[in-house]
Amino acid sequence: MHDSRTLVTSNLSAGYRNRPVLRNLYLAPLEPGKVTALVGPNAAGKSTLLRSLAGLVPSTGSMRLGDQDLNKLGIADRAQYVAYMPQTLPQNAELTVLEGVIGALKASPLANFEGSGPETRRRAVNVLDRLGILDLAMEGIGRLSGGQRQLASLAQAIVRAPRLLLLDEPTSALDLRHQLDVMTIVRELAREGRIVVVVLHDLTLAASWAEHLVVLNRGTVVAEGPPEEALSSSILSAVYGVEARVERCSRGRLHVMVDGPASSTELHHAN
Amino acid sequence: MTGGVLVENPAGGRHEAVLAAYERQKLRRTVVVVSLSALLVASFFFDLAMGPSSLRLVDTLRAILWPEAVSRSAAVIVWDVRMPAAIMAVLVGVALSLAGAEMQTILNNPLASPFTLGVSSAASLGAALAIVLGIGIPGVSESWIVTGNAFIFAFASVLLLQSLTGMRGAGVDSLVMFGIALVFTFNALVALIQFVASADALQQLVFWGMGSLSRATWESITILGLVIILTVPFSFGASWRLTALRLGEDRARSFGVNVLRLRFFSLLRISLLAATSVAFVGTIGFIGLVGPHIARMLIGEDHRFFLPASALTGALVMSLADIASKSIAPGVIVPIGIVTSLVGLPVFFSLIFRRRERL
Repeated sequence: MHDSRTLVTSNLSAGYRNRPVLRNLYLAPLEPGKVTALVGPNAAGKSTLLRSLAGLVPSTGSMRLGDQDLNKLGIADRAQYVAYMPQTLPQNAELTVLEGVIGALKASPLANFEGSGPETRRRAVNVLDRLGILDLAMEGIGRLSGGQRQLASLAQAIVRAPRLLLLDEPTSALDLRHQLDVMTIVRELAREGRIVVVVLHDLTLAASWAEHLVVLNRGTVVAEGPPEEALSSSILSAVYGVEARVERCSRGRLHVMVDGPASSTELHHAN
Repeated sequence: MTGGVLVENPAGGRHEAVLAAYERQKLRRTVVVVSLSALLVASFFFDLAMGPSSLRLVDTLRAILWPEAVSRSAAVIVWDVRMPAAIMAVLVGVALSLAGAEMQTILNNPLASPFTLGVSSAASLGAALAIVLGIGIPGVSESWIVTGNAFIFAFASVLLLQSLTGMRGAGVDSLVMFGIALVFTFNALVALIQFVASADALQQLVFWGMGSLSRATWESITILGLVIILTVPFSFGASWRLTALRLGEDRARSFGVNVLRLRFFSLLRISLLAATSVAFVGTIGFIGLVGPHIARMLIGEDHRFFLPASALTGALVMSLADIASKSIAPGVIVPIGIVTSLVGLPVFFSLIFRRRERL
């Protein structure tokens, strides 16, 4: 038996109308306190896997969070446990950063998220302070810079203090400092006892911030485990079609370096 | 609406400062809503005092408060001619603007309104069938045949839109495309009927299409009033969910909002509000688009304020348009559908330009 708070995904198939993306997927149990990164080439199924964990894509199979099967919960009940941060935050909404976060709390049909008005507002303000964007509380979402928008978006996702936090490319379009800030917060959120699953494109970023990597290709899991196990030259060659090295730097961190296209793109993989 | 400079509180009360700024913003919005209501009341009475017959504001007020104290003709003018039209202007403004506001939110499209998506074209087709070919719903009396047809067609067009979308599992963008396709289809069919119509029927149909408040009766006012009373609580009740939808569909769903159900019931409210309005007063196209836009610029998109403000701006613009329709040419009431565009457009443009400057 696993820890009663882990997420166990088994036999998961998901996709869109007439276009299955994931087939009979099994994942190692994801533990609270750890950051798991989903990596893989474009169209590998990373976002689909994340979205099916969030209940946004029709799926079959089981995803057990502790003793709950998430797929058996209604959309409102599921929102109690799971929070999802999409890649984008619409810029045309005439709402302030604070209104977005209050809206995230108030939109839920479940009473236990509602609380009294002042309580809800305090909670929203606390989250903004924690993410360092309290000064932007009354700023319109449409006027934020890319980095600020990601943080405002993250605030909406974490304000309900979910047990499972799903983030779709939270660092895309961010400069180095904002990447660092966002990933630091993501790690903190995990350390507080949450299961955090994050889709990342940058393998070096994934290797340095995630404890567990899931490498996806064409809707299946190609490799899974700690970064040093999941990332290897042969896997990168098979999955991405590149000649690449995975090396430790003088500080002991893993770095992925690409030398060129793979000489022969082999589809078999070391597992 | 953004703004509000936050002052750093040396006592560490930065949270309090933000909360206070939020409260001020809420208060400001409440003031806007109250001011819109006050303007609407003023416009309504001004509307009552206007008309081809020279009845002054004082006489009008007297006729409202003490109908026995004024001449029989004055009482008839105020109570049977001006009052129904003035009330209808307000109700139609509320209904169309609220429908437009909800539609723009659920379709995530600033150009969405009951008219851009075929509701009024459908109503015109229904009216054309009744006026020109005498085809109506069985069991509906002669005097209601045009209104009945217009309502059924308008209502059915939204249901058709829903089912087309549901059938293909298509997104909101295809819903907008279907709506535009419906506009052209219905317009072509109306043109076909016009082609075979007699001169009399053609004139009647064209006039119907222009929209007019002079058709308002206490009966039609009661019906539209009831529709508004029935739909508004549900509309306002969904305001948090609609606000969340502005943050994106996936995000709203991840908050626990059943977006499909929200959209379904919202479209149902929209079809009731728009179909009833169009059936009684004909095509009045601009309100459903401009009302929500003015409200959004004044107040932002927290739907607790946005929805009531949309309803009020719609009513105010309609009421002003009614006044204008009586004052353009002496002794003539220009069809309201023509005037709404002429009154609404300058307001709309000035707001767009003001917003540009602010950015």
